[in-house]
Amino acid sequence: MTAILALIVIFPLLGFLILSVFGGRLPRHIIPWIGAGSAGISALLTIILGISFLTSSSPGGVVVATLWQWINTGGLTASIALRLDALSLVFIFVITFIGFLIHVYSVEFMADDEGYSRFFSYMNLFVFSMLILVLADNLLLLYLGWEGVGLCSYLLIGFWYREPANGYAARKAFIITRIGDTAMIIGLFLLFLHLHTLNINELMQQATLNWEPGSSLATWAALLLLGGALGKSAQLPLQTWLPDAMAGPSPVSALIHAATMVTAGVYLIARTHVLFSLAPAVQATVAVIGALTLLLAGFSALTQHDLKRALAYSTVSQIGYMFLALGVGAWSAGIFHFMVHAFFKALLFLAAGVIIVVLNEEHDIFKMGGLRKKIPGVFWTFLIGAASLAALPLVTAGFYSKDQILWYAWSAGNGGPWLWLAGITGAFLTSLYTFRLVFIVFFGKTGTEPTKLPGRFMVIPMVILAAFSLVAGFIELPHSMGHLQLFSGFMSAVLPGVVMANETIPELLFQAVATVISLAGICLAYLIYLKRPALADAINHSRISRFFCDGWGFDRVYDTLFVKPIVWLAEIDKNDFTDIFNTAIASVVIIFNRALNLTQNGKLRWYVMGLALGIVFILSILMNL
Amino acid sequence: MILLFLILILLAGGALAWITGKWSDLLPRVISLVALSLDLILLIAIYNGQSAAGNNSWWIDYRVDWIPTFGISLHLAIDGLSMLLLALTMFIGLVSVLISWKEIHEKTGFFHFNILWILSGISGVFLSMDLFLFYFFWELMLVPMYFLISIWGHENRIYASYKFFIYTQASGLLMFLSIIALYFIHGRSTGIYTFDYIQLLGTTMAPTVAFILMSGFLAAFLVKLPVVPFHNWLPDAHTEAPTAGSVILAGLLLKTGAYGLIRFVLPLFPEASVTFAPAGMILGVIGILYGAKLAFAQTDLKRLVAYTSVSHMGFVILGVYAFNEIAMQGVVVQMIAHALSTGALFILVGQLYERIHTRDMDRMGGLWKQVPVMGATGIIFAMASLGLPGLGNFIAEFLILAGTFQASILMTCLACAGLVAATIYSLRIVQKVFLGKEKTTWNISDLSVREKIISASLVITLVYLGMLPQQVIDTAKPSVLKSLNSIEQTRSQNTGKPTGEASIWCDEINTDGASAKYLKCKLW
Repeated sequence: MTAILALIVIFPLLGFLILSVFGGRLPRHIIPWIGAGSAGISALLTIILGISFLTSSSPGGVVVATLWQWINTGGLTASIALRLDALSLVFIFVITFIGFLIHVYSVEFMADDEGYSRFFSYMNLFVFSMLILVLADNLLLLYLGWEGVGLCSYLLIGFWYREPANGYAARKAFIITRIGDTAMIIGLFLLFLHLHTLNINELMQQATLNWEPGSSLATWAALLLLGGALGKSAQLPLQTWLPDAMAGPSPVSALIHAATMVTAGVYLIARTHVLFSLAPAVQATVAVIGALTLLLAGFSALTQHDLKRALAYSTVSQIGYMFLALGVGAWSAGIFHFMVHAFFKALLFLAAGVIIVVLNEEHDIFKMGGLRKKIPGVFWTFLIGAASLAALPLVTAGFYSKDQILWYAWSAGNGGPWLWLAGITGAFLTSLYTFRLVFIVFFGKTGTEPTKLPGRFMVIPMVILAAFSLVAGFIELPHSMGHLQLFSGFMSAVLPGVVMANETIPELLFQAVATVISLAGICLAYLIYLKRPALADAINHSRISRFFCDGWGFDRVYDTLFVKPIVWLAEIDKNDFTDIFNTAIASVVIIFNRALNLTQNGKLRWYVMGLALGIVFILSILMNL
Repeated sequence: MILLFLILILLAGGALAWITGKWSDLLPRVISLVALSLDLILLIAIYNGQSAAGNNSWWIDYRVDWIPTFGISLHLAIDGLSMLLLALTMFIGLVSVLISWKEIHEKTGFFHFNILWILSGISGVFLSMDLFLFYFFWELMLVPMYFLISIWGHENRIYASYKFFIYTQASGLLMFLSIIALYFIHGRSTGIYTFDYIQLLGTTMAPTVAFILMSGFLAAFLVKLPVVPFHNWLPDAHTEAPTAGSVILAGLLLKTGAYGLIRFVLPLFPEASVTFAPAGMILGVIGILYGAKLAFAQTDLKRLVAYTSVSHMGFVILGVYAFNEIAMQGVVVQMIAHALSTGALFILVGQLYERIHTRDMDRMGGLWKQVPVMGATGIIFAMASLGLPGLGNFIAEFLILAGTFQASILMTCLACAGLVAATIYSLRIVQKVFLGKEKTTWNISDLSVREKIISASLVITLVYLGMLPQQVIDTAKPSVLKSLNSIEQTRSQNTGKPTGEASIWCDEINTDGASAKYLKCKLW
């Protein structure tokens, strides 16, 4: 099993190396075979590994593949070692499986692009880095994957490099996440200094042994790691990069900025959950940040004009739900929502990609309309994804994962009515903005006419994802209905169960409320955006709507607080004021030189006077002696 | 004897290159390559012989009298640290000769004479175990570098070469004064008048005297490193020098400053070093942040890269004065990684300049379409510069910061801000040069085979250093411990009096209780 584990990681790396070294010289039809093929082999191997993992005698077992010793100096050791347990298995399944589907989709989507091999080499590098991130057995290797996915995100957001705006969005993403990463690496220093290891498993054991719950060191360590998670997962206050990241090609948005990379923060917190349990204040902060982010991003998603930006805000909002779950201690619920979200959000982005392509790069939803009849395949898959996102009861996977989070937000040990209220408000917003998109894009009067139809490479991955968006929820049924706990049971080897605070209110009541809320959102969207376009128009032009649309003015605040002062500081001192010292020395010498030059003026009177003064001067000194 | 050969081969090769340059352009280049390869082979032989013999602190020790009246000897020795830096010297030397293949056509013989003599001076610095000899080599690398800048440099080369010469010469003289003083102090107290490094170790002197003497050494090393505010020679010299000159300056000359700190300042003046440490760390942090800020502001690509050196060398001094093994190992890796990554960026600038004859970033942009291979290497080197894991610079910065964290949390956190700053300026390079819209339509060719070989070898070494740094760490370990040993002894004597600066250095780091108090103490 260790060999398979290593191979899963190695194939995307090989794909990247081959494509980046020989990419330009390979015939065009070979490129997708290497690019998508390497991801496909990884996905296949993951399924084989998953089956043998599930059927192995010890369900809580782990597989470790140590490749080589990376660093060993002064007590600091780190290995290049992969460690597979239930948590990482879920992640590598999502990464390789959805990754493969998106690679297949890209074969057609990117077919006419001049950077065909460059695209696949970046995508392969991304898959490799993301696998390293979730399989690393120590935090240093995790950090390698962490930065690696950041690099790929940067490269792929700015993939169409000729447009300066894309480059700007790419740099914004890299720099903002890097700010979070810097907090995270300081966290690594702190952990190593006090616990003398970077191995995640040992760290968690040592933390439990050495640190009291609520101790200041545990709090600092958790807080610093949280900094990294906030940056990568685009949570408050580092959320501003994700909407701009939509400048990248749609498959990139689907894979990196919806399904996998942006959930790295969720993975990190779940992976170090022991540490967060030792720091209750930080864990509560996680919940509050999640709740605030999901509301904030929900309002922003509701007011977007750009289809992909709306979905991006929706991603921020949904990751907010995952943070909320982690914050209240419902670890496995957070991971479950990650998995389900990966299916339906990847699907929505792929569908959005098709819509944008067939409408000739049209992003504005208000110029679309009536597409239901024109591209029915896309309509139905998009509708399934949207229903899952809006948590349409019983039939969609999103219902089961979100319902679980809402229930725990109230009833778990760290939960409470306020968190639940935020969650349920967010649920209402979610179904409202999702079906706003559905009604505007697919119903109503026809907007821009589609010019082409998607081929099978694009449709098949969407159909598969749509199927998963419906059925993936059935592996974890709530207590009130069937009480099937395949997923949380599987997770229990790694993540502790939820500590419940009050179970007095029956879960069924929550589900009823959530159902009503979800349906109400859909109805309201129907009433406003389909029946009363005039009202929708008025909302669009209101000032508050524009405020939400701009992401609550965060960009402007950061621009004034950080960007402008730094640029100003750089500009006023471009030539380095310390150089004045050197020029000053030179100037002083030149001044003396000029002064002495003046005395050499060829006038005899001056020379005689100089002589006389000199004699007087010397004599006066001699006489004083 | 073999150590002497290392230097003599380069000196002789240089002389030969100058002579043959009269007849042909090709001969000096070939002679230089041969001389450097010969040295590299010798070094590999020494390294392999050593690995078989086990870990002795000095691998080879060679000593003959030079001027016995004054206690001056030709004392050369090699250990792990010197080994690494010598190998780096030869590698960078080879790269420098290769990149000048098409760039230099004037006075080719004299050019290669200068290159080889600089390299022999640098090798001498890394090998000398006699302070007089050390100073001799220190000056030896100066003069040919002056010629290199003033003859083959860009527009403003005369100004830059003066500035470089005056800065390094003046600071070198201060070091020479300290060496003479040390010679007499040691002579008076023991009766043995000698410049020998090993014998001068452990010279007893009053703390103030030690501090003044150390300042003389520091003057030379901090200017070379360089440390803000003594860095002004660097941007001018780097920008105006020909590409090979910039690569040697950034890759090797700066490293002699770091080497001096580790080899001479800490062991000769341990107590004074402990006193100076907080100031040294502050200087490091200032260098990191101020250098990055200046780099960000530049529009001249070469000047930008030059300022990144100031920023990266800030990590070196920060790590040296953290006084622990992890940070010091980080410094060693940083010396190598910085030489490769910044050298590579200078090479990139040179390759661009050969094609479009400008260093102004405002005139570049959108070059990716024309030169994708160059663009790809450019991105890799920019990533190395911002400390992306997987490349050597990350290992260096991680070790330095992890080590520094044990000495001062505040300094580490401030230095970490440099990581974000490095991201900002590195991405600016990539964007301004390769991405975006084309400002001018250049019709240029991508990397030639020769250039591809150079870039690929640099990329491979950087990845090797990033993924398998253990060989470097193991090689440097005895030297690093040797340098730290004197500091450890001083600090263990001082633990009785936790006053003043000494209280910064909390030695007991494994007490997990009393954390808040400890944190406060750490935050000075």
